[in-house]
Amino acid sequence: MGNKEKGKQSRRKFLQNIGVAGVGAISAPAILFTACSSSSDKKTKVLTPDNKLIEIDSENGLAIDTTDKSYLNKIGREGIPGKKFVMVIDLGKCRNERKCMKACQSEHQLKPEQHHLNVLEMENPSSGQTYFMPKLCQHCDNPPCVTVCPVDATFKRQDGIVLVDNERCIGCRFCIAACPYSARTFNWTEPRDSEEYKDITYNMELNVPQKKGTVTKCAFSADRIREGKLPYCNSACPNGVYYFGDANEDLVTNGTTKETVRLSKLLKQNSAYTLMPELGTQPSVYYLPARENS
Amino acid sequence: MENINEKFATIEKDLLAPVKWGKKSIIWMGFLMVTLVVCMFFYYQQIRNGLGVTGLNDFVSWGIYISNFVFFVAASLIGMLISSVLGLAGSKWIMPISRIAEIIAVSFAMVAGLIIISDMGRPDRLHHVFLHGRIQSPIIWDIAIVLTYVAVSVLLLYVPLIPDIALLSKKQNGLPRIQKWMYKILSLGWANHPNQYKLIKKYFKLLAVLIIPIALAIHTVTSWLFAMTLRAGWDSPIFGPYFVSGAFVAGCAAVTIGMYFFRTSYNLKSYITDYHFDKMGKLLVLVALVYVYFNINEIIVPAYKLKGGEAEHLKSMLFGHDALMFWLVQIGGLVLPFILLLFKKMRKPLPSLIISSVILLGAWFKRYLIVVPVQQHPYYPIQNVPDSFMHYTPTIAEIAITVASFVLFLIIATVLSKIFPIIPIWELKEEVKEQIQ
Repeated sequence: MGNKEKGKQSRRKFLQNIGVAGVGAISAPAILFTACSSSSDKKTKVLTPDNKLIEIDSENGLAIDTTDKSYLNKIGREGIPGKKFVMVIDLGKCRNERKCMKACQSEHQLKPEQHHLNVLEMENPSSGQTYFMPKLCQHCDNPPCVTVCPVDATFKRQDGIVLVDNERCIGCRFCIAACPYSARTFNWTEPRDSEEYKDITYNMELNVPQKKGTVTKCAFSADRIREGKLPYCNSACPNGVYYFGDANEDLVTNGTTKETVRLSKLLKQNSAYTLMPELGTQPSVYYLPARENS
Repeated sequence: MENINEKFATIEKDLLAPVKWGKKSIIWMGFLMVTLVVCMFFYYQQIRNGLGVTGLNDFVSWGIYISNFVFFVAASLIGMLISSVLGLAGSKWIMPISRIAEIIAVSFAMVAGLIIISDMGRPDRLHHVFLHGRIQSPIIWDIAIVLTYVAVSVLLLYVPLIPDIALLSKKQNGLPRIQKWMYKILSLGWANHPNQYKLIKKYFKLLAVLIIPIALAIHTVTSWLFAMTLRAGWDSPIFGPYFVSGAFVAGCAAVTIGMYFFRTSYNLKSYITDYHFDKMGKLLVLVALVYVYFNINEIIVPAYKLKGGEAEHLKSMLFGHDALMFWLVQIGGLVLPFILLLFKKMRKPLPSLIISSVILLGAWFKRYLIVVPVQQHPYYPIQNVPDSFMHYTPTIAEIAITVASFVLFLIIATVLSKIFPIIPIWELKEEVKEQIQ
C-alpha cells in the first residue's frame, strides 16, 4: 500500500511537472513573438497557443506591435492563461523600510498619499506588540469591487488578477466603498507628472498613464509578470518579505533571495492566514504571522 | 343650480389666478437663476480641476453629494404615499394637496438624477453606463429605477392635470402665446366628455397602483448602494425599510412646508385649511413613529453586541466625534418634533411649518450621518496619508454645488406651480357637486 501510494505520488508529481512545463510554455506569451532561432534567415519556428510548433515568415510573423493600444487592452483584459497568481507576505521579516512602497509609487505614477501598497503599523491585540503589515489589493477570488462596478471597468482576469481599466472607469467610486481592505485610491486631481506621461500609450497592466477622475489600485505588477519577472514591490524589498508565484504550479519565489519554495508547504508550516476570511472575499494574498521576538 | 355655478366660478377665479407670471414670481425666479449661475461656476471648477475641489478623500470617498442624493430620493417618495396610497385607500382630505405632493415628488426625483452626475469623477463618460452597463451593479439598478420613477411620476402628475389644462387653454388670458400653444397640445383635445373623465380616473388608478412598487424600489435600491457592501455600519439587512420609512418623514415635512408657502403666496387660505395641516401633522406623527422604530432596531441591535468593526463606528456616533450631530438629529430632528405634533395647537399652519422645517433639516443631516461616518472607520487603520484624510469636511465648492441642487428643485417646483393650477380644479368641482347633491 505504502509503495503503491508512493508510486502514485511520484507519478502525479511527474505529470504535474510536465503540466507545469507545458502550462509555462503556453502561458509565457513571449514565446508567441520571440521565435526559436532557426537555420533559415526568413523562416521562424513559433509555438501557437494550442501547443503546435509552426514555421512562419519571420518578417510577417513578428509583426505584432507590443505597444499597440488595442493589443495592450486585449491582453490586459484576458490575462495569462493557466495561471493563478498569489503573493505571500512574511510579516516576521518586515522592518518597515518602505522600499516596496517607493518602488510601487514611482512605477505607477502615484503621489505620496496614493497607495497601491501601504505598510501599516499594526498591534497584536493579545500581546500588545506592534508589527508592520504591507497591505495591498488582495486580488480576491470573490471580489466585492468587481461585482459593484457599473461599467466593467474593474474586472477579474483568468489568472486571478483584478485590474482597473482607467479608460472605462466613470469615477463613481462604488468600488472604493465596497472594498473592505481600503485597497483602492482615486485620482482626485491631475495625476503626478501628468505632462510627462501624456503621450505614453495606456497600458492597463501597469495602469499608466493615470487619469484624473478614475480609480487606481495594485495590479500585482501584471506588466512585469508578463515579462516573467517578479512584481516591483517584491524585487525592491531588501528583507525577503515577499513571495510571488503561481498557485497552479504550487511554487512561489522570494523577491529578495530569489529562492523558490513550495507554496503549500510554506503556508502550512508558517500557519498562514488571509485578511478577514469571514467576509468570504477569498484573497490571493497570504500572510505569515509575525513570530514573537523574531 | 345657480348656486353651484357661482361656486364653480369662484373656484376657477381663485385657482386660476396664480397661473400667470406676476412681478413677484419673476423676481423670485430671477433670484433663483442668479443663485444657480453662481453655484454652477463651482461645478465648472470641479469639471476643470477634478473632484479634488471637494473635501473627499480615499477614505471618505462619498460625501455630501451622495447623502444629498439619498435625501432627494427620500423626499421624492411622498407623491406615492399621498396621492397613491392614501388616495387608493379612499382618503378624501388629500385632494387639495395631492398635486403639491406630486410636484414635490417630480421635482426632487428629477434633480436626484443630476446629483449623481455631479458626484462622478468622469461625467464625460456617462454614456459608458449605457454602452458597458453590467446588470449586477446596484448603480445600474438605481439608474434604471430613477428614470422609471421620474417617468411614472410625471405621468401621475400629468394625467389628472389634463382637464385643468383644457380649462386653462380655454379661459386663461394674458399668457405668452407659446404657453397657450403648449396648453393646447397638452390638453390632448379634451372635450369634457363623461367618458373622458372615466378614462382619466381609470388611468390614474392604474398609475397610482404602478407607482407603489416603483417608489419602494427606488429607495430600497438606493439603500442597497450601501447595504450591498461589506462595510461595518452599512452591512445591514434592514436598510431598505429603514430608508423607506425615513423617506416618508422627510416627504411629509416637505409637503407641509410646500402647503404653507402655496397657501400664503397663492392666496389659497380657503382651500388649504387648518384641517389639512391638522391631518398632515397626524400623518407626520404616524410616519415618524415608524421611523423611530426602525432607528431603534438599526442602532440598538448592533450597539448591544458591539461586534468587531461596528463597535468603533457606533462609539464615535453615540459618544464620540459625530455624537453632537447624531443626538441633535435623533432627538431634535425626530423625537421632539413628533411629540410636539401630538398637541392639536402644534398642528396649526405656522407651528406645523416650523416643526416641519426642523424635521426636514434633521432629515438632511440624518443622511449625512448614514453616509459619511461609516467611511471614517474602515477595517484597517488610516495611515501614511495627510491629516486631512482622517476626517471629512465639505468645501465651499461642494456646498455650493449642493445648494445648486436645491435651487434647481425650487426652479422646477416654481415653474410647475406657475403654469398649472396647484389645486386640481375639476376634482374640487366634483366634490362641491357631491356635497350639494
